[in-house]
Amino acid sequence: MISKLKKAKKRCINYRKRLLEISQKVQALHVGGSFSSVEAMDVVYNVLKKKNDKVILSKGHCGIIQYIILEDHKIISKKLLNSYCQPNGKLGVHPEVFTRGIEASTGSLGHGLAIAAGMAIANRKNKIFVVLSDGELMEGSVWETVLIISSLNLNNIIIVIDNNDLQSATRATNTHPSLYPIKEKFINFGWDSEYCDGHNSFDIYKKISKKKKNKPFALISKTIKGYPISFMKDVPMWHYRSPNKTEYKQSLKELEKYEK
Amino acid sequence: MRNKFSEELVKIANKNKSVHIVVADISPAGSMEKFQKKFKNRFINVGVSEQAMIGIAAGLSLQKKIVFAYTIANFSLYRPFEMIRNDLCYQKLPVTIVGMGSGTIYANLGGTHLTQEDVSVARSIPNMQILIPCDPDELSECIKYCAKNKKGPIYLKIGKSGEKNFTRNSEKWAFGKIRKIKSGYKTAIISCGPIIRYAFGAINNSSKDSVSIYSAHTLKPFDYNGLKKIFNKYKTIIVLEDHSYIGGLGSIIKESAYELKFKGKIHHLALKDDFLKEYSSQENLLKKHGITEKKIRKLIYK
Repeated sequence: MISKLKKAKKRCINYRKRLLEISQKVQALHVGGSFSSVEAMDVVYNVLKKKNDKVILSKGHCGIIQYIILEDHKIISKKLLNSYCQPNGKLGVHPEVFTRGIEASTGSLGHGLAIAAGMAIANRKNKIFVVLSDGELMEGSVWETVLIISSLNLNNIIIVIDNNDLQSATRATNTHPSLYPIKEKFINFGWDSEYCDGHNSFDIYKKISKKKKNKPFALISKTIKGYPISFMKDVPMWHYRSPNKTEYKQSLKELEKYEK
Repeated sequence: MRNKFSEELVKIANKNKSVHIVVADISPAGSMEKFQKKFKNRFINVGVSEQAMIGIAAGLSLQKKIVFAYTIANFSLYRPFEMIRNDLCYQKLPVTIVGMGSGTIYANLGGTHLTQEDVSVARSIPNMQILIPCDPDELSECIKYCAKNKKGPIYLKIGKSGEKNFTRNSEKWAFGKIRKIKSGYKTAIISCGPIIRYAFGAINNSSKDSVSIYSAHTLKPFDYNGLKKIFNKYKTIIVLEDHSYIGGLGSIIKESAYELKFKGKIHHLALKDDFLKEYSSQENLLKKHGITEKKIRKLIYK
């Protein structure tokens, strides 16, 4: 476990590099939100997930990061990933259940958690991991399901909320200040919940490992959209934009530096 | 019909441990009580949360369970529409969405509880199948099909309570086939759902030999071959449905009439494109929409 965690930083940098590489071939992709969720996705897939556990990316717009991890696991081929958003390609922005390794099609926010709940009912022995965006918590369907999950004692559900505070153009702190505090809301809905530094793989792992066994768990992962690229960090424009050539080179340089 | 649904589902669930039902705030004291008591772990009441009902049904189905999602029609189809489209139809999951008390059945509850455009809405989603049984016996056949179905989601539009059986001596039910319920030589009434009782009510001694009655229980995929045979046999066709004239059975038949070059007459009795109010009874509401047995009788003699 520890050795896997020690290699997390290197993996996360490689995932980001691969994403940037793909970004040069497509008109637009969700760099910002993908970069903010890399560490959480990495810990879930590479440290926590056991064979029959399920992972649902409810913030489907960051499907590219899930595909990159599946490629790393050799579940999908390099050739398939290279067809991402290309003519006649089999992969689009949002994950599709028809792709190997993808458990559910997502894309419209507020769907993944209920699907996970159904899976958790059918599959109580295994864990169901769900990665949500913080903006997604504005969807009423999320709270319908949050209430049901704890009421049905679906304690095998672990969700990670990518709390970068940015939607496509606005900041939740400004538009929905009452979204905060998030942790207390989950606790009051009968869940166990904790905050973590969403760019610290050890912290993500530690908080999930310490979850109460008799409750579903919500990890609020404090992240920065576009992390760790200086000109992308916390800038709304990078929700949906591909870097140009200069920005691409600059990003790669920054990632090299970040690695050291 | 809701009692029949529950009886039939208990039978199937007895044999097949994979059968699950997700309901949204259906009174356990009602028709579903037996299922809930017998199969506690396979009965999931999500409460007043229809979006979650469909999402959870999708999750169960992704784990290869046989799933029914059940509540009053307006709540089962309209409220969670996007979950039905994305989670069920897009992922092609064989979940049966049961719309109970559909059409104008809940007239006294007012327009919020009516589904006068459900078929039109459901029909336009790719991968969706639609079944509308006309009586409890036909419903039994539909449920058996639903439990075996692997093709994709089904919208099963059903009545509520007190429906009579009309199909006991009719030809065998088959998925996707228009079914002749009663034979006659001159006029065909094609209907779907419990409103078929109006067709039977309209026949009297002098017309009983001349009128055929068909149940078009499978709206999607539609039996165009069966319809072609009906077009070849009759000069007058009366379409009767508890649904808006937009996008339902009548629309299908009139579109096909052009394609199949039907030369006869088609009379279409359906709901107007309007939220008409009549809280006293379904019969009185249908009357405001121009649907009465008397009118059908007149059309038979036209």
